[in-house]
This record gives sequence, structure tokens and C-alpha cells, in this order.
Amino acid sequence: MAAAVRFFILLLLFLSSLNPILSLYEDQVGLVDWHQQYIGKVKHAVFHTQKTGRKRVVVSTEENVVASLDLRHGEIFWRHVLGTKDAIDGIDIALGKYVITLSSGGSILRAWNLPDGQMVWESSLQGPKDSKTLLLVEKSSKVDKDNMVIVLGRGCLHGVSSVDGEILWKKEFDTQSLKIQQVIQPPGSDFIYVVGFSSSSLFEVYQINAKNGEELQHETAAFTGDFSQELSLVSSETLVALDAARSSLVTISLQSGKISFQQAYISHLVEGSSGPAVMLPSPVTGIFAVKINAVTVFIKVTGEGKLEVVDKTEHTTIISDALPFTEGQQAFALVQHEGNKIHLIMKLADNWGSDLLKETIEMDQQRGLVHKVFVNNYIRTDRSHGFRVLVVMEDHSLLLLQQGAVVWSREESLASIVDITTSELPLEKQGVSVAKVEHNLFEWLKGHWLKLKGTLMLASPEDVAAIQKIRLKSSEKSKMTRDHNGFRKLLIVLTRAGKLFALHTGDGRIVWSLLLPLLRYSENCQHPMGVNLYQWQVPHHHAMDENPSVLVVGKCGQSSDALGVLSFVDTYTGKVLRSFGLDHSVAQVVPLPSTDSTEQRLHLIIDADKHAHLYPKTPEAVGIFQSELSNIYGYSIEADNGIIKGHALKSKCVGKEADEYCFGTRELWSVVFPSESEKIIATVTRRPNEVVHTQAKVIVDQDVMYKYISRNLLFVATVAPKASGEIGSATPEESWLIVYLIDTVTGRILHRMSHHGSQGPVHAVFSENWVVYHYFNLRAHRYEMSVIEIYDQSRAENKDVWKLVLGKHNLTSPISSYSRPEVVTKSQSYFFTHSVKAMAVTLTAKGITSKQLLIGTIGDQVLALDKRFLDPRRTVNPTQAEKEEGIIPLTDSLPIIPQSYVTHALKVEGLRGIITVPAKLESTTLVFAHGVDLFFTQLAPSRTYDSLTEDFSYALLLLTIIALVAAIFVTWVLSERKDLQEKWR
Amino acid sequence: MKRVIVTFFFLTLSLFPFSSFQFESDELLLDDEEFGLEGAPPRFPEPASIPAARSSRKRHSDSDSDSKIQFSLEHAFGDSDFSPAGTFSARLKTWNHGGQTLTKLRFSRNGFTDEEKEKFKKLLQGDDFYRIRLPSNVLSPPGRDYIISSVKARCLPRDGLDEHFVIHTEGVNILAVNYGSPGSCPYPRQLKLPVKWSFNSHTVLKNSEQAPRAPIFTEEVPGGDNGEGEVVQPPERSFWAKYWMYLIPLGLIVMNAITQAMNMPEEQATGQPATQGQPATGVQRGPSAAVRRR
Repeated sequence: MAAAVRFFILLLLFLSSLNPILSLYEDQVGLVDWHQQYIGKVKHAVFHTQKTGRKRVVVSTEENVVASLDLRHGEIFWRHVLGTKDAIDGIDIALGKYVITLSSGGSILRAWNLPDGQMVWESSLQGPKDSKTLLLVEKSSKVDKDNMVIVLGRGCLHGVSSVDGEILWKKEFDTQSLKIQQVIQPPGSDFIYVVGFSSSSLFEVYQINAKNGEELQHETAAFTGDFSQELSLVSSETLVALDAARSSLVTISLQSGKISFQQAYISHLVEGSSGPAVMLPSPVTGIFAVKINAVTVFIKVTGEGKLEVVDKTEHTTIISDALPFTEGQQAFALVQHEGNKIHLIMKLADNWGSDLLKETIEMDQQRGLVHKVFVNNYIRTDRSHGFRVLVVMEDHSLLLLQQGAVVWSREESLASIVDITTSELPLEKQGVSVAKVEHNLFEWLKGHWLKLKGTLMLASPEDVAAIQKIRLKSSEKSKMTRDHNGFRKLLIVLTRAGKLFALHTGDGRIVWSLLLPLLRYSENCQHPMGVNLYQWQVPHHHAMDENPSVLVVGKCGQSSDALGVLSFVDTYTGKVLRSFGLDHSVAQVVPLPSTDSTEQRLHLIIDADKHAHLYPKTPEAVGIFQSELSNIYGYSIEADNGIIKGHALKSKCVGKEADEYCFGTRELWSVVFPSESEKIIATVTRRPNEVVHTQAKVIVDQDVMYKYISRNLLFVATVAPKASGEIGSATPEESWLIVYLIDTVTGRILHRMSHHGSQGPVHAVFSENWVVYHYFNLRAHRYEMSVIEIYDQSRAENKDVWKLVLGKHNLTSPISSYSRPEVVTKSQSYFFTHSVKAMAVTLTAKGITSKQLLIGTIGDQVLALDKRFLDPRRTVNPTQAEKEEGIIPLTDSLPIIPQSYVTHALKVEGLRGIITVPAKLESTTLVFAHGVDLFFTQLAPSRTYDSLTEDFSYALLLLTIIALVAAIFVTWVLSERKDLQEKWR
Repeated sequence: MKRVIVTFFFLTLSLFPFSSFQFESDELLLDDEEFGLEGAPPRFPEPASIPAARSSRKRHSDSDSDSKIQFSLEHAFGDSDFSPAGTFSARLKTWNHGGQTLTKLRFSRNGFTDEEKEKFKKLLQGDDFYRIRLPSNVLSPPGRDYIISSVKARCLPRDGLDEHFVIHTEGVNILAVNYGSPGSCPYPRQLKLPVKWSFNSHTVLKNSEQAPRAPIFTEEVPGGDNGEGEVVQPPERSFWAKYWMYLIPLGLIVMNAITQAMNMPEEQATGQPATQGQPATGVQRGPSAAVRRR
């Protein structure tokens, strides 16, 4: 018995001495977190398929990524994310080993080493004005020749050495109004043609020596009509342009620098055609394509500028770039849609009649139309030519097609996430037992034996690998049912392509995806875009047999009065339940706190005319809404105007009759910032789903402070208009940052504070009763973070115990915004080393766990910073009592502890946002960071105090219990026997 | 060792007043304003409240030009149009550097006419909004837009009609006005008609306050002492954290000893009967042997 007691105490001691850890061990990476790498929608692609070495394709994307992908599997070899303002204009491969990129409107030229992506050189190109950008890499068969890169950018032509990036020559053009359209290098020649328009009818050609940039010849020719500025290159000395009326084609030939025009009317060429024509880009020699209405016409240019129609098609057709094929031949691909199939046709440029290849490929409906095609050839095993094409789809996905099948695909739309919401997984249905999913007993025992070995540090490296594998494989975390701790959820993600994804939080796999039909191009909705996602229906009463759904709000176009569209999507099946276009615009969507009898949440959509529309449009919803009408307030921020306005609702829409779901608004308050001294740069509110555990905060000496907790607080930051630009554009004297806390019901300014010599960008988070914001201090030349905490003084008298006992307190009285608030604010500022891309705060189910700030740093990582570091009550020398309370001594800057990066060694390239979602387990919060990459993890800001850790060895516990029981029996038997012997003696 | 600690302590002591001076850098700003450059861009008004501003500015008032200005308050009942309701008069102080601030705000309220009383009663019955507005620029009213504020009419009546204005200004601009009752207005708003139809107005003028600066402790680590100081102060750990590996075995040994000691008397207790039993058996055997012998 004594041994048992001893063992138990030993176990207790052992458990209490276990120091909980803040960071991860190396082998815990990937247990609860996942990381996915993307590149974005591909703009250009260049194949590099030399005989030796790995086959790869170099791509540049709309997310400003230049990447090298494995052609066999689609994996990323290397990848660079350029800055958000550094858009890539063109890529090419030079010397067979460098990837050349032109970016930032033709002003930065870089070379990257092809095998490993190291930057080799970088040149910045100067020029007087913005212009079309073109990148031309000399392709010559001679290896020893120093191949030149010819760049058109910022109105100048540059010749750059591809070996070291030295600018060899620069050619500025005399004519100011010249708009260069094309730069042509006839094969095997030493000169280049630069062609462009200097006015609507004046066509200019410069002949320039490619070696030194000398102007050899300059010709100008006036056309009798006007040009539409659309130009297509047919061969090295023939161009085809459209006239301004888009009804005739003009063939321009440059015979040894001389310009000659030849006009041909489209209606003569193509019978029965009407309407304006559009040139389709076609880099294939001798053939160009024109689109008239929905018909694509292929026209061949024969000798002396004769035009001849070779083909007409009504299917949507995409033409690939030209592929240099056998001796002097060019091949190209055509992709046509037919239902959910696509036809891939390879043709030779000078032989339209026959096809090199014709394949039909089944395509997933959720990928939409083909947007871009890049073609590449290879030698088959039977020495014939094979072709593979890289296809960019409407949903931004990238596919490689070969031999009539999709070899690999990448869901690149996940690189441009617009909005995120979460959905619970289905409840576990009865009858399907978890035990069935588990392996057999032997496997289970073996796993635990391995785990035990691991804990006792007896495991060999192979065992460690096996343990890791078991941990990763444990299907527990990727199951499709709700779990007790609430770790498993669906992340519903809306992307810029208009595609909706459901990602499983366990392993990040795509559960379903849906290209929303209403967010695709149509006649009524020319430029649709997704705006927001809201939880529409979250069933609690009938959770077993009803599925939750989300509301997708989109609009047709950028302008504020563009009409809106709504879609309702089932989150379990990924099916559109309902979707319709609206007859009003969408300026703001307000989810209301009440739900109707089917648990659909009431949403109010405010349009540009300040009318409020109620959804769902049912009489029941109106009934619920009418009863709450007088207590609903809204506000609108006119950031450009510097005005914030508060509104209340009226029972009827003005000017609209018989629409009982439309409500008018009236202006209740306004805050007008002086336009000459203040400009709104940031506004933040509390998260609507945030839970605050307690209003009281116990401070030193058993004193209590009451947090001022209001859902209607708005944090606004304004800066001097002069200082609203880049850091360094204004002096400290003429820049200031003013922050406000505004009650959005009454428009009361609760707090107003100015930071002199500071400027934006401002990133802020608002939680409970505090705001933390990040800005730049010009005087100290450093970034700063400040905290404002706001406390309610009207409840401060409730400290007396007798008052509480006798019920003479005002703690239970309802709070009204119309009472004059008695608040105090506390504030403090600290220096912070990093600039910040995004900021968020952890969110837990009950709000008991202490908070951490999640800071997306400039290095694309996420840093967790304890809120205790941003406590305005910090002092240089805290008293003993304050120390016990957990107040950290004041320091001038916030510490950055390397272990507190939640992304550990990974980077979330192009970080744009951080989302936190509470798990059911109070200690844990789920964090999702997105940019070009995605990263998900679980965080426990106060450590997992309410659960055993994942690697807790239940087997060890079980074994000890068994051993103890056995020991008890053995000792009992022994003592019995001894007693017996004693008695017999 | 001790000496170093003492000097360190002394240093922090001597630093403390200085750093606290840096926290409240109000004075520095005043200086800035006094010697402000001619024609410099308009600066922020000092963050002090009006009475303080008056007292600190009194001696400068000769050099700075003052002018009196008026701007009107307008009100509306529910959705009705705005009509004049009173006049604010204030002193506009122009500083040498071109900045202008409002001081000495006075307010004269027009009483309600009978018609307005009726309208107000209607508001009280309907629990509707009583709205007021001010120009956003006092020099060229209405400025860019009117500043509107509103309150539920039922919040105003006490004995008379109590109202409270907080006007947030920025130079000659008015940013916002917070209008409401001076006290609380508990939620189930009761319908209560005022006894007297006269206004009891309170007005407060508010400017932006200055944010506390980030503390700067650069002086705390003066070159030479730095390295030594770090050597002197190893990270403080608790007694338990330092010696737990010794304490646990010690505890075990002690525990062992205690259980041993507990067992000992027990054993002794059982042992003594045993020893007592020995002679007893001996005694017993004795007779039996004696019996055998017999």
C-alpha cells in the first residue's frame, strides 16, 4: 500500500514538474498545422525542356509570382513573390539558363538562375513616361554570342546584356505622342523594327540597329482613315491593323522599311458578318484571328497582302502561342469548348487543312472556360511528335493536358481569397461507430508500444519515423464529422475567381468546390465579383437533418451602384440552394442578431441610395424585424469624403411602394473631419461573434475596474492628408495621427487622441474594451504600437460588498447608449521592430483564456504577442502586488521571441489576412492565415489547461494502473500467505 | 558585485525623474507653439481643456488677436426641417503662427414656442428623435456639411429640459457634437412631460489630447557597465526551479524514511508480540516437553 502511495505521489510530482511549452518541437510540425503553397492565376508561361535535366515550366502570375514548376507533377521547384506593386509584364528565358522578368511597368528587369531561382542580376530602366511594355530576348543558335535582351518600357527602348544586365544602349524616341505597339526582329537580321502610332492615323516605323541602338531609318505614313490602335503581327514584315470603325482590316507591309497600306472590308471577306470586330492576339506567322460578335474568323495573309478566310467557328476558341516546330515550321493549338468537353486541336501554321493532333478531354464543370493555352512538344517513345498544353481556366486553375488526359492540376484560385467563414461539420450519425474506423487490436497495441518507447526515449530513428507516420495518419483529425473539441470545421472560402471552396481544417484538403454561376460573366453582369460571405443558416434544433448554408454576396462591377447578386450555398454538399440577381446595389451587409423559425439569420442589405432591404423576404422575417425596428442603428463611413454618418431605420421606403421588405433610413448623427487636416485611413470594430467572459477586472489590492464593453464602438484613425502617402513623404512637423473611439448609436466621441509626428499605414484590432494599433513614428524613425483601454466609471461604485448584498447596485440595469457615459481611458505606446501586413486577435469560445495578438510581419510570418505586453498599466518598477497580478515591467519596445512565431519556419507568402475561429475547447483557437499561401494551425494562448496533450501516453497510464492492481493482488496474496504461515507456526 | 548593484540602482533612481519628464511633454509643445514660425502650417491646438488654456494663454492675449464669432444651433423634431434654436458665441483666438482656436464658449438658448412645445410633446409620445445641428466650420458656416446629433426626446425632460453639449473642435472646425442628457437615460424610457419648458444647458468644448509617448530607456544602458551588469545579474530563478532535481530524491528519501518509521513501530508492535510469543511458546513447549519427558 505504501508503495502505491509513493508511486502516486511520484506521478503527481512528475506531472506537476512538466513545464508546459510555448513552442513546438521539431517532430510536432504538421500535427495540427498545415501549409499550402500556391502561385496565383498564370499570365505567362515559358517551357524549358532541354534534353537533359528536369522538365520544367516557368510561369508568372497575377499575384506577382515568378515560379518554376515541375512539368511532370506540377510541384513548385522555386518561387519568388515580388511586391504587390511590382506587377510582372513579361518573362522569357535567355541563354538557356536565365529566366528574365520585366516588372513594375517595364522599369525593373531581373534575371533569375533557372535551376535554383537565385537572382543573378537586376537592372532598373529609366524613362520619361508610361508606355506599353515588351520583352524581346534574342534567340540565336550561336552559343558564344552575347544574346541581348531588348526591352520596351517607360517609352524607351533598351538593349540589355543578358549576361550581366548591363544596359548597352538606350533609344529615346523624338515624337512625344508616339505609342509603340510592336517591336519586331526579323529572324537572322541585326536590326529591329519599332512600329507604333503617333496619332490616330499616323503610322511610324523606326529601323534600329540591334547592336548599338542606332537609328537606321525612320518612316512615317498617314492612313486615310483612323486606326483603332489594335495591331496584330502576321509575319516579320507584315502587320494587320483594325480601323477606328472596326469594320475594315488594314494590312501594313514594311518592305525594307517602306510602308504600304492595303485596306479590306470585313463584310467583303466574311459574308453575313456585322458588328464591330476585335483582334485576338495571335503570334502565329501568316494567320491572325478576328472576333466578330461570337464568331471567330481565322484569316490568312497570302503574298502581297491578300487576305483569305480559312476558317470560321462559333465555339469559344482560345489560340495558344506559337511553337517553333520542325525546320522553320510553327505549330499552334486551338482549344474549343463543347458542353463539358474541350477539343484540343494542333495545327501547323502554313497548313490549315490538316490537324497534327485532335483530342477531346472531359473537363470538370467547376472549372469554367479556358482562358489561356500554352503549348509545348516532346518526342514520343516511337520518335513521333507529341504535344502537351498548359491550360489556365476561368477559375484560375492550372492544368497540364497530355494524351487526352489531365496530368496534373493546381487550384490556383486559392491564392486570391476574398472572404472566409466557417461551418460546422455534420454530427456523427448513430450506428457508425468510431471503433470500426480504428485498426485492429494488434495495430493499436503496436502503436501504443511505439509511443511508449518514444516517451521513454528508447525509440530508434526508424521507430521515431513510424511514430510520426502514425501521428500524421491518425484519421481522427481529418474525419468528416464534428468532434468534441471543435477542432474539425469547414473553412468556406470565397476567391476572386468567383469560386467557393470548402477546406477541411484537419488537413486542408478541398472537400468541395463550386464555381458560382452568378459570379461568372454574363450579358447582364459584365464584371461580376464576389464581395462577402455570411453564415446564413446554422441549424441547432434540427442539426441532425438540416444542413447549414452560407450567403454569398456579389456585385456586377466595381462601381458603388452596381447591382448585387446573392447565392445561398449548402456547406455540406456544396450545392447552390438559391441564387438571384438583385434590383438594387450592395453597399453594406448587416447580419442581424435575430433568426427566423427555420434559423435563417436576418440580413439587412443597405444599397447606395441608403435604403435597407431585408432578407430573407418572408412575412415572418418582417414581423420579427418590425418589433426590433426602433432599436436598429447603422452607420456609414465615407472615407474619401471624411464623413461618418449614423442612421436609424424608418418603416417605409421613400419613393418605393408596395415593397414591404424595403426600409428607409434617416440620418441621426454625423462626424465631419476637416478635409484640410484629417483623412480617414483605418476603421475597426469589434468582431460581432466575440464573447467577453467578465466585465470586471480585478486589479491590485482587490480593487475592481469595469471594462466598458459595447458592441457599438468604432475605432477610427485619421492622418494629415499630406502624410497619407508613403513613409518619408512628409516631415514629422506636418504629419499627425489622430485616433477616435466613437459610439455608433449616438455618434458620441468617447476618446480622441493625437500622435504628433506619426503616420500610417495603420493596422488595428479591437477586442473587448481595448484597441491596439500599429503606425509609424517619424520622430523616432520607428514603428510603434499603442494600446487604448476603456473603462466604465459609472459602475465603479459597485465595489462595496454591502451594496451587492443589499442589492443597491446598478449591475443588472440595462445599458443605454443615450446615457452619458462616464469612461476613463488608459493608453500606452511601445516601439515595435517590424512593419505589419495584417493583425488579428485570438478568439476563444467563452473568452476566459487570455488574448494574444497575431501579427502578420513583413517577412510573411505570423507572430503571437501576448496582450500582457500591451497593458497600459505597465510601469517601470511594478510593485510586488502588481507583479503577482501579472504586470510585466515596462520596456520601451515590444519583445519579439523567436519561438512565438506560430508559423514556425514556414512563410505565408504574400500574407493578406489572418482569421481566428474559436474551437469548442476554451483554451484553443484556430488560426487561418492566407495570402498567396495558406496556413492553418491551432493556438492555445494560455496553454492547453483544459485537456491532455495529444502525445499523452494513455498506454503508460493504463499499464501503471494494471501494474498497480497486479501489485496489490500479489502483495495481498503474499501477505495472506504470510499470515497463514504465521498462524501455522 | 554589491557596488555595481548599488550604482545601478542609483542610476535608475536618477533616471526616473527624467523619464517621467518625458512622459508629460506638454511643456515642450507649449514652447513649440510660442516660438512657432511665422506662416507655418496650422498646428494642433494644445490638448488642455478650455479653462486651462485660458489661464495659460492670458499673458499672450495682447499679442494674439481675438475676435468674437457666433454660430447658430438649429433643431428639428423627428423628420421635420431644421429651424434656429439658439446661438453659440465664442472667442476666436488667432495665434502668431496662424493657428486658430475657439475659447470661451457661451450659449444662449431660445425657448420653445407653443408650436414647438406641441411638436416636442408629440416626440415624447412617439419616443422619437430630437435632432440638432451645427455648422462644421464656424468661420464659413455651414462648412462642408452640418454636424448632426440626435437624442431620444424622452431623455431630455427632468424638472426642466436638461441638455448637455460636448463640442469637439479642431481649430475653427467642429468635428462632432455629442448631444444628450447630462445624466443617465435608463432604457425603458418613461413618458414624462417637463414641469418647466425652459432649457438647462451645459456646454463643453473639447480638443484632442496628446497621446503618451513611447518610453525611451536608452540612457539606462550606458556603455561600460552594460557587460558587467549582465554578468552580475543572472536570470533569477525560484528556489524550486533551481533545486528540484535534488529536492525530489530528498523528498522521496524522507518519505521512504517516514514510511519506514511508520512501519518500524508497527513491526515493533508486531515484533514484540512475536518476542513475547517466543517465551510463550517456550513456556508452552516447556510443559509439552515436560509432558513428553514424563
